[in-house]
Amino acid sequence: MASNAITIPGVQIEEKLWLDTLHGWLTTVDHKRLGILYILSSLVFLVFGGVEALIIRIQLMHSHNDFVSPQVFNRMFTMHGTTMIFFVAMPILFGFANYLVPLMIGARDMAFPRLNAFSFWLSFLGAVLLYFSFLGGNGLYGAGSAPDVGWWAYAPLTARAFSPGHSSDYWTLAVMISGFGTIGTAINIIATILCMRCPGMKLSRMPLLAWLNLVMSGMVLITITPLSAAQIMLLIDRYLGGHFFDAQAGGSAVLWMHFFWIFGHPEVYVLIIPCFAFMSEIIPVFSRKPIFGYPVMVAATVCIAFVSMSVWAHHMFTVGMNSYANSFFTITTMAVGVPTGIKIFNWLGTMWGGRIQFKVPMLFSIAFLFQFLLAGLTGIMLACAPFDWQLSLSYFVVAHFHYVIVGGILFALFAAFYYWYPKMTGRMLSERLGKWHFWLFLIGFHLTFDLMHIPGVLGMPRRIYTYEPGRGWDTLNLLITIGTFIQAIAILVFVANLIISYFKGDKAGNDPWDAWTLEWSISSPPPAYNFASIPVVASRRPLWDLKHPEDPDSRYE
Amino acid sequence: MIRRTIFADLVTGRKLTLLACLFVATVATAEPANFLSSPTNIFAPVSTPAKSILHLSLFVLVITGIIFAVVFTLLAYAVIKFRGRSGDGGREPAQVYGSTQIELAWTVIPVLIVVVLYLATARVIHAVQDAPQPANAVEVTVIGHQYWWEFRYPKLGIVTANELHVPVSDPAHPTPTFLNLLSADTDHSFWVPKLAGKTDLIPNHPNRMWIDPQRTGIFLGQCAQYCGVQHAKMLLRVSVDSPEDFAAWVRAQQQPAVQDASVAAGKRVFETTACINCHAIAGTNANGRFGPDLTHLMSRATIASGAAQNTPQNLRVWIQNPNAIKPGSLMPAMQLSDADLDAMVSYMETLR
Amino acid sequence: MSAIATPIRQMPAAWTLPDRGKVAIAGLIIAESAIFTIFVVAYLFYLGKSVTGPTPREVLEVPIFYTICLLSSSLTIHFAAKSLKRDRVAAFLGLWLLTIALGSLFLYGTGMEWHRLIYLDGLTISTSLFGTTYYSLVGLHAFHVTAGLVMLSIVAILTLAGRVDVEQSRRTEVLAMYWHFVDAVWVVVFTVVYIMGR
Repeated sequence: MASNAITIPGVQIEEKLWLDTLHGWLTTVDHKRLGILYILSSLVFLVFGGVEALIIRIQLMHSHNDFVSPQVFNRMFTMHGTTMIFFVAMPILFGFANYLVPLMIGARDMAFPRLNAFSFWLSFLGAVLLYFSFLGGNGLYGAGSAPDVGWWAYAPLTARAFSPGHSSDYWTLAVMISGFGTIGTAINIIATILCMRCPGMKLSRMPLLAWLNLVMSGMVLITITPLSAAQIMLLIDRYLGGHFFDAQAGGSAVLWMHFFWIFGHPEVYVLIIPCFAFMSEIIPVFSRKPIFGYPVMVAATVCIAFVSMSVWAHHMFTVGMNSYANSFFTITTMAVGVPTGIKIFNWLGTMWGGRIQFKVPMLFSIAFLFQFLLAGLTGIMLACAPFDWQLSLSYFVVAHFHYVIVGGILFALFAAFYYWYPKMTGRMLSERLGKWHFWLFLIGFHLTFDLMHIPGVLGMPRRIYTYEPGRGWDTLNLLITIGTFIQAIAILVFVANLIISYFKGDKAGNDPWDAWTLEWSISSPPPAYNFASIPVVASRRPLWDLKHPEDPDSRYE
Repeated sequence: MIRRTIFADLVTGRKLTLLACLFVATVATAEPANFLSSPTNIFAPVSTPAKSILHLSLFVLVITGIIFAVVFTLLAYAVIKFRGRSGDGGREPAQVYGSTQIELAWTVIPVLIVVVLYLATARVIHAVQDAPQPANAVEVTVIGHQYWWEFRYPKLGIVTANELHVPVSDPAHPTPTFLNLLSADTDHSFWVPKLAGKTDLIPNHPNRMWIDPQRTGIFLGQCAQYCGVQHAKMLLRVSVDSPEDFAAWVRAQQQPAVQDASVAAGKRVFETTACINCHAIAGTNANGRFGPDLTHLMSRATIASGAAQNTPQNLRVWIQNPNAIKPGSLMPAMQLSDADLDAMVSYMETLR
Repeated sequence: MSAIATPIRQMPAAWTLPDRGKVAIAGLIIAESAIFTIFVVAYLFYLGKSVTGPTPREVLEVPIFYTICLLSSSLTIHFAAKSLKRDRVAAFLGLWLLTIALGSLFLYGTGMEWHRLIYLDGLTISTSLFGTTYYSLVGLHAFHVTAGLVMLSIVAILTLAGRVDVEQSRRTEVLAMYWHFVDAVWVVVFTVVYIMGR
């Protein structure tokens, strides 16, 4: 990298142009920088997706509202779902994995640094392509514009006959391109974990974060690909005259549903498993105990990975499958709740008998436990096919999955932010702002998503741009909307915290939380090469062994 | 940085939460339409499929409620009992790695719960889905369109739209209605919560569902599967009639359209414009199937699949410019002159 | 910063981990298998459901010769990779070029078959469900063969330029794994399309 070096005898000053810094970031193959790029990009799209949510909620504030037209509303919910799943949740989790996995296994980078960069930019390209659709519409003589087919893009609504123009193509191509980026990163994570662990770190000694990202990456390989395949089929239908989903030629709309949900259900486990990883690292540190039942946690995760591949048609209980199929998917869906519940119990066991410190990461983690429990139980209700015949496609489902995604995934992500921000930047996030963020978000979250279950039970379907008065939905929707604004304010507090603390936060030092995994053994932020010499480990908590030489973990493993 | 204890946090947090609850309660009690009287409440069924679902759902709610209470209590207990106190002196607690017995216990118990739940559920699945169709069942073919419902009673020779009439069913001698669900275009879903769970209408994939409403009255619902721009206004209105009322309705629907000489001008406008391409009126040359059958338009309480009340003014607005009522609906604005429009509306008003 | 200092007695004797190239290509193969599985499922699901157009039995001829070509190319690439491991670059190049030739012959055969189907039998991707699923599945495979041939050709050119020797044997092994995968997929596609489907 070029720089202006002014040599003064005894002193060397190097001035870096901002252009050089930018160039450095744009061409980086360093896993830490790529991790941060993933995270920053996700935060930008989180804001976009959040604005889309606010527009939806303002429109639904009362019956027969006309804040936006039905056409705009339908684009809003499509873009909101697509953005949040593909361009916020997936990239931010890969960002954390990218940053943390090599550090936690004692490696200097990922197995394939250039593939890492390529995958990031592919994902980013997909996001930009999707959002270009807002602008591109007019340029294509009005035939562009953002997709409005829902984030599942059900056939035959996506056929040329029902979706003329190119809005569905933006959806298809953007998601497909970023899907290839996702597969690249997954392969990278697997190769890194299997091939680059430091000496002594057997698979049974890896931090749970490494284990769970390994499982998640393995799932990605067989989860994202069915969607890519289905999208290729959709493009063939739309542009080459194919009939995959063409009812008139004997094609089947249900086939798209099967392919989509074979992706769609395991996808939500792909999203939650890294969050389980965060919890499994953070809760032990703030309870001052090791994770309860490490082998069971690994086994449960692998179990979840396998069983979750067999539950997909619980999204299709209303489609008219026969009673044997419905029964099968009921039991598999209920079954996947068992290993998931076991994990909650193990976190409980970790806290039990501990000395809990209520720092901000732990506040978010505790909220996660309560909320994920509740979300899992509404999931059991939905697993029950006849109950699902009423609840499916209603706001009860919307409440359930936002409970998991916001109450589970986002809360775990906030915990991860507060926990690892010091490592990434060398500064602590403000505890005071963090607590304001936590309580505001908690109240807004519960106001919105606790209440949201009720309109579903009262018959309110999803994806409607307006609704009839006199059904008992009005007040609830108003309160739900108010909750979203409270959450928005909390997010602003969070962003302010991120920015202010970068400049004014307390210096973090190597190990502000008195933790036990390898990333806390190096400086904050770490040097480009991570470890001056590759560590050798003898247990699951190498730093515990160093800090407690009289009672090392290696004696018990 | 001032470190605040957990109690200070809880106090602030508790204050804010209390305020929020008060706010919710105030707003909620101000709202006139009580949720309990919602016409689409799944917990107020009047028909056997919906009732079976209610009983099963109560069972599931009780079990999940107990699980929630137990685990919630344990979590709350752990968070309170095992909080770090400032007098700890920085000692680490006992480092416990796990316990095989405990792991076994909290694996086996959930598995048993799952088995029980599954057995209860499978029973209801079969009871509802595999119910045989009795000979005296009323048969309706439901065809979903963007954005309206076509109802045909093949055995009775009736074609109508958007408002379904079925006979009430006496539990002692049931007279259920069996619905065959088809679609003319995209996916839809038939959902009248008080009568049954929803079932989708998918092109090239016929489905079947049944209802046996045990109370007369009007029951509301709407399309539940996103089908395009006006998905939100594809409303359902089911009229459950006493046996006599149902028979009367059937007889009326089986008649061809009323012939009224005083509206001949309007009828001529109808027959000579593009209307006949999409609509049908029995007894005229209008035989279109793309739009709703208008033979007995005035027997319906609403138009545009529930988007507006069936009044002359609304009818006029609808014909002149459907987008004013349902933007994005597939009916084009007919561009009629005022005179033609008035004549047409007068004609429509006679189609009882 | 300082490394983790652990007593020497705890350092593992031999710390060998799998080769990252092989792990990565295995991951790619798993992902691609999932994509192909979806296309195979669609093919099987739609067998017999076409409402128009010729049936598989009427128009499909079993491509035995071209299949033998493709499957033999797996043998040749295997021996090529082995030769390079033993630093026998000339043998490697010969077998590698033979692989490319056999793969190209297979593609030629597919092209001929498609030409006949389109112009003589009137089967295109938009004719019927059979047309759509057939061209998609076989086409997806042919695309992967093409991509493989491009990569093999690049290696051939590099070898002719004298850049490939025993040091690159790990990479050629990884590429050979990809090629074996392409052949394995053909075994499945062949069975599904030409044996089960007819």
